[in-house]
Amino acid sequence: MESSNLAGVAPGELAERLGATGYLCDDALATVTYLALRMQRPLLLEGEPGTGKTALAEAIAESLALPLVRLQCYEGIDATQALYDWDFPRQILHLRALEAAGATAVEEAEKSLYDERFLLARPVLQALQASPAVLLVDEVDRADDEFEAFLLEVLSTYQVSIPELGTVRAATPPIVVLTSNRTRELHDALKRRCLYHWIDHPGLEREVEIVRSRAPEISAVLGRQVVSVVQELRGRDDLQKPPGVAETLDWARALHYFGTAEIDLASASATLGALVKYREDADRVRHALDQMLRA
Amino acid sequence: MSTVDRGGDEILLGFARALRTAGVPVTQDRAHGFLAATATLGLDDQRATYLAGRATLCGSPDDLERYDQVFTAYFDGRDGLPRPRPAQAGVPGFSGLPDTESAGAGESDADEEVVRARASEAEVLRHRDVATLSAAEKHRLNAMFATLQPRPPLRRTSRHQHWHRGQVDASRTLRASLRRMGEPGEIAWRRRGVRPRRVVLLVDVSGSMSGYADALLRLAHRFTQAGRANGGVVETFTVGTRVTHLTRAMRIGDPERALVAAGETVPDWSGGTRLGETLRIFSDRWGQRGMARGAVVVVFSDGWERGDPSLLGEQMARLRRVAHRVVWVNPHRGKSGYEPVQQGVLAALPHCDDFVAGHSLATFAELSEVISRA
Repeated sequence: MESSNLAGVAPGELAERLGATGYLCDDALATVTYLALRMQRPLLLEGEPGTGKTALAEAIAESLALPLVRLQCYEGIDATQALYDWDFPRQILHLRALEAAGATAVEEAEKSLYDERFLLARPVLQALQASPAVLLVDEVDRADDEFEAFLLEVLSTYQVSIPELGTVRAATPPIVVLTSNRTRELHDALKRRCLYHWIDHPGLEREVEIVRSRAPEISAVLGRQVVSVVQELRGRDDLQKPPGVAETLDWARALHYFGTAEIDLASASATLGALVKYREDADRVRHALDQMLRA
Repeated sequence: MSTVDRGGDEILLGFARALRTAGVPVTQDRAHGFLAATATLGLDDQRATYLAGRATLCGSPDDLERYDQVFTAYFDGRDGLPRPRPAQAGVPGFSGLPDTESAGAGESDADEEVVRARASEAEVLRHRDVATLSAAEKHRLNAMFATLQPRPPLRRTSRHQHWHRGQVDASRTLRASLRRMGEPGEIAWRRRGVRPRRVVLLVDVSGSMSGYADALLRLAHRFTQAGRANGGVVETFTVGTRVTHLTRAMRIGDPERALVAAGETVPDWSGGTRLGETLRIFSDRWGQRGMARGAVVVVFSDGWERGDPSLLGEQMARLRRVAHRVVWVNPHRGKSGYEPVQQGVLAALPHCDDFVAGHSLATFAELSEVISRA
């Protein structure tokens, strides 16, 4: 089903399909996604926080009607949290039940312990079992180096071997999306396996479109005003954390709930917490807004 | 593209080679991926070729910048290909010795008197200001860097280790009892594990620090190598007018080669100092994202700031909020009569956890103690 879904889809059409789910992307991102689907290579996305790296995986899954399996990486994550684990408490219960029933054959009992019903499938295994699926490996830079090596192995063969059960192989390789915030440099071996894309902040027109499609309740005037303020703030280089698209949406919604038809200093100050998350930034933005709105 | 008759693959591979010359680490399999991607997208579209190359040949934002330059130069037929940096005159060969302490290389039958003289000479050299050394003395001192054996600072991790006391390790206890067919047995204990903490070195390579830059990079190399041996991570950046990520060069095992690689990477040797500005770029691009989070950040600088000292103070405050500990190393601190009067130092000092000297090998050893205790 997956291949028939994708074989004839040109990059432009893919962008449209993603657009239908509310994810608007430029031709560069659409082309890279297209390449990832066609070449069956993982897609490595880097970029500022809040530019829609995770959202892309969700949009791909939605537009192709595939299940999305998400693996959130963190420091110290290991194979038992990514692949599979055995359900120890249930195995013990099972043993007790066998004992109570008076079973004596030790080998039989042992064998019945490593049954598939005691297997806890973690995200990577889930993605292989549910193939075709979209596997999102989120914030891979938070995991340790060793985990990267492990991931590399899974991503090159798309199979997992469980000593007690055998090998699980994906019928169709899952569509893999990796995201990284660049807290550290990923290993070259992993990068080479992937197609690389850096997601930038969108331009004015595209961001207006994004606001319109993600938050249709907001009036066109307010949406455009919010986006132009945010774009101007991103152009300044004195903010500690320039607002991302997520912040734009939050702020637009906040202003909307505040009952604002057009931004003024009072409504902007009251809702600033949705836009910037540092005290120093808030002061600077308030100052800048004052000038912007007066102009 | 007007030159399709030269054979598409040949042109594309030529482009990959040009990219490699410009400093993007293009490997053979990346080039193959590029060919496959262009074949998928069709060769007749320059925009598609551009996007295919971006996705397959690049691996970091730095690469993207170079890629764009090379792409325009290569496919628009202008003769502005970025040239490789010319090799520096008198490139030192590699040291030919392993980067470890040499044990008195075969002079066992030498006169005891000479040995003693040498030993005290070495002791004097340890305390000499590295900026005032002659070339021969510098050469001897370089070999002595191997005597530095910095230990990485440690942090506790969220993972637990098996231990003979501490908290009850329920899952290990259960698993052990499962192995005995459910019979209860000895209780397992666990404690929080420890791992090396990340160390970030920011080395000022501006004009006023030029006498120390070589020694400081050697020190950074020692830290990187010792850190790697202990499973820790040491990241090195140079700051001046620009921020340059030097970790890759510092990971080369041989110190001479590592320094040559560093020399080729850093574009702003002995330039001006815009410390506040460059710290801001560091925090924006690397530090705040996570590289400085929970790390020991060491700034090597004399604090001569050409920019706005209040910006420097602000950025140091920001760095400190993110980092575990901020250490400022000033080569002039250890000299008699030194007062921290430079505006940059005055602005930065309130935001530093430690302010230490760094002008001789002995002070470098003290610094490595400060870092490993952090």
